[in-house]
Amino acid sequence: MEEINSLLQGFSVAMTPYNIGLMMVGVILGVLIGVLPGLGGANGVAILLPLTFSMNPTSAIIMLSCIYWGALFGGAITSILFNIPGEPWSVATTFDGYPMAQNGRAGEALTAAFTSSFIGALVAVLMITFTAPLVAKFALKFGPPEYFAVYLLTFCSFVGMSKSAPFKTVAAMMLGFALAAVGLDTVTGQLRLTFGQTELLKGFDFLIAVIGLFGIGEILLTIEEGLAFKGAEAKIKMRVVIDTWKQLPKYWKTSIRSSAIGCWMGITPGGATPASFMGYGVAKSMSPNGKNFGKGEMEGVVAPETAAHAAGTSALLPMLTLGIPGSPTAAVLLGGLLIWGLQPGPLLFQEQKDFVWGLIASMYLGNIAGLIVVLTTVPLFAAILRIPFSIVAPVILVICAIGAYTVHGSMFDVWLMIVFGVIGYIFKKLDYPLAPLVLALVLGDRAEDGFRQSMLMSQGELSIFFSNGLVGTITVFALLMLFWAPMKAGFNKLRGR
Amino acid sequence: METSEEKSATSVKMVDAVTAVVIFLVGALVIWDSWRLGAKWGSDGPEAGYFPFYIGLILCVSSVVNFVGALRDKSDESFVSTSSLKMILSVMIPTIVYVGLIGGVGPIPALGIYVSSALFITLFMKWLGKYKWPITIAVAIGVPVVFFLLFEVWFKVPLPKGPLEAAFGLA
Repeated sequence: MEEINSLLQGFSVAMTPYNIGLMMVGVILGVLIGVLPGLGGANGVAILLPLTFSMNPTSAIIMLSCIYWGALFGGAITSILFNIPGEPWSVATTFDGYPMAQNGRAGEALTAAFTSSFIGALVAVLMITFTAPLVAKFALKFGPPEYFAVYLLTFCSFVGMSKSAPFKTVAAMMLGFALAAVGLDTVTGQLRLTFGQTELLKGFDFLIAVIGLFGIGEILLTIEEGLAFKGAEAKIKMRVVIDTWKQLPKYWKTSIRSSAIGCWMGITPGGATPASFMGYGVAKSMSPNGKNFGKGEMEGVVAPETAAHAAGTSALLPMLTLGIPGSPTAAVLLGGLLIWGLQPGPLLFQEQKDFVWGLIASMYLGNIAGLIVVLTTVPLFAAILRIPFSIVAPVILVICAIGAYTVHGSMFDVWLMIVFGVIGYIFKKLDYPLAPLVLALVLGDRAEDGFRQSMLMSQGELSIFFSNGLVGTITVFALLMLFWAPMKAGFNKLRGR
Repeated sequence: METSEEKSATSVKMVDAVTAVVIFLVGALVIWDSWRLGAKWGSDGPEAGYFPFYIGLILCVSSVVNFVGALRDKSDESFVSTSSLKMILSVMIPTIVYVGLIGGVGPIPALGIYVSSALFITLFMKWLGKYKWPITIAVAIGVPVVFFLLFEVWFKVPLPKGPLEAAFGLA
């Protein structure tokens, strides 16, 4: 059991008082970020990333990943108490969580949400602990064509899995690739798409895009809705927690189903948001209480929360093992790795054992810390939500501006952030998905490198992507994902006859 | 929450179509620049524009599909109502001025991030929030001071500073 030993080693790295302190700070900041409109997991981590430049990478990633767990937990608070999803992945939680709160069962709903989040995360971390080393070992055999095929699979999955119109997904994604291409081409040394502007030489930093698209864009949407928070009272008594915990085991089937959906959707970059909807939908159709869903059924809170947290956590598996993030937040963490001087990918498991296993151990500890923090501090965060938006909004805008500035210490980036904010607002309203844009911006250069090297190996023959069993299988999978929607429609039509 | 009294500033159909056109133009720009750099097979492998060329091509094709999709949209759903648009502009314009004040643009002097933030929060709370002066001033000064301590003192990350910080000898 090599993994167990490595994991214990990881615990010894993560369990220093300093790291545990950072964990608590991270979780609390994360819940705050998850609760406040305009700040979310991805842009919250992006804004705080520059603060960690001088920290040692292990402590830094522990803190940042805990912010992520905190944000995953925090989204549920606003959904249940205020019927306002703090994060996109907690939309499905509002369906049953808010009715429960209205019936005076807010404490139960919150406890159920937090506990199921925790269970979802735990299943995903267990999965990461035992499969990540295998995936990493396997991925060591990958050459450029295999890598490009995996990138292709990642991006095709977006097209297949997205709820948006497929061509909007493609357009958003290609826009990301185009932005990634701007600047110096590392292979030929030529300047691409800079049009003589010196600011564009270094290209677009995806952190700026994340802060603008998700931060500023979200604020604009919130303003438009003319937000006034009117919420249920929130207090969690210990007795309610215990009573709720006694009820939860009877939803074990739902938990297992949702965890499985979440893990799958996290690894293939479906992400937490579709996972939560899928978890809810599947539970609704399979549960004996399905027809009560939407009226305040606890199972309707358990299902999406478990799936969302499982997906959010397992999104780190491809990020660590292959260097391919499964979600925008994972992408930001990946950006962090690069900045701290670590090369994500299979070699990380051999060369940076302390880092990898410290992170995995911190996922266990961070989620326990998260569960304790959210169960005890809900009233505090609910109070923060009552601060009027006209105070919160300018402060968040200031935070976004500072965050954008600190990435490179450049004012141009702050302007860029505003432009991305407007784009984010328009795209959100037109149903262009933002996640593929961000991931394409992050992975663009490396996808291109993989493609170029493959083309060099084959002298320009695309058949290299089918040249052996491994790469061929991945490519076929990618194409299946790409044409998933029309295939499913066709299948349904045939069956309907 | 669209009510019948609210006037629509523009329709979803319109914005959808315009966005598709803009994305098409971006795609065309990418194709044009890639072609300039060489999008073919050079003596030593793919040229600099090889990969972006196809990105631009897919961008153009997908935006044509999206454009047609937008035109086919029969509904005249509102993209944004005039009152919402006013709200958004009343946030966007101060934000743009705020960013301008941080670094200074043209005739606007550079005030640094802390003073600009204080002004920005004051304006926001007074104008949009209609708060009383004491609370406005407390938040407007408190927040930048906290950020100053956090960034300059604790994390040692320098942010843009202006004449006020210089006067205190902090810049």
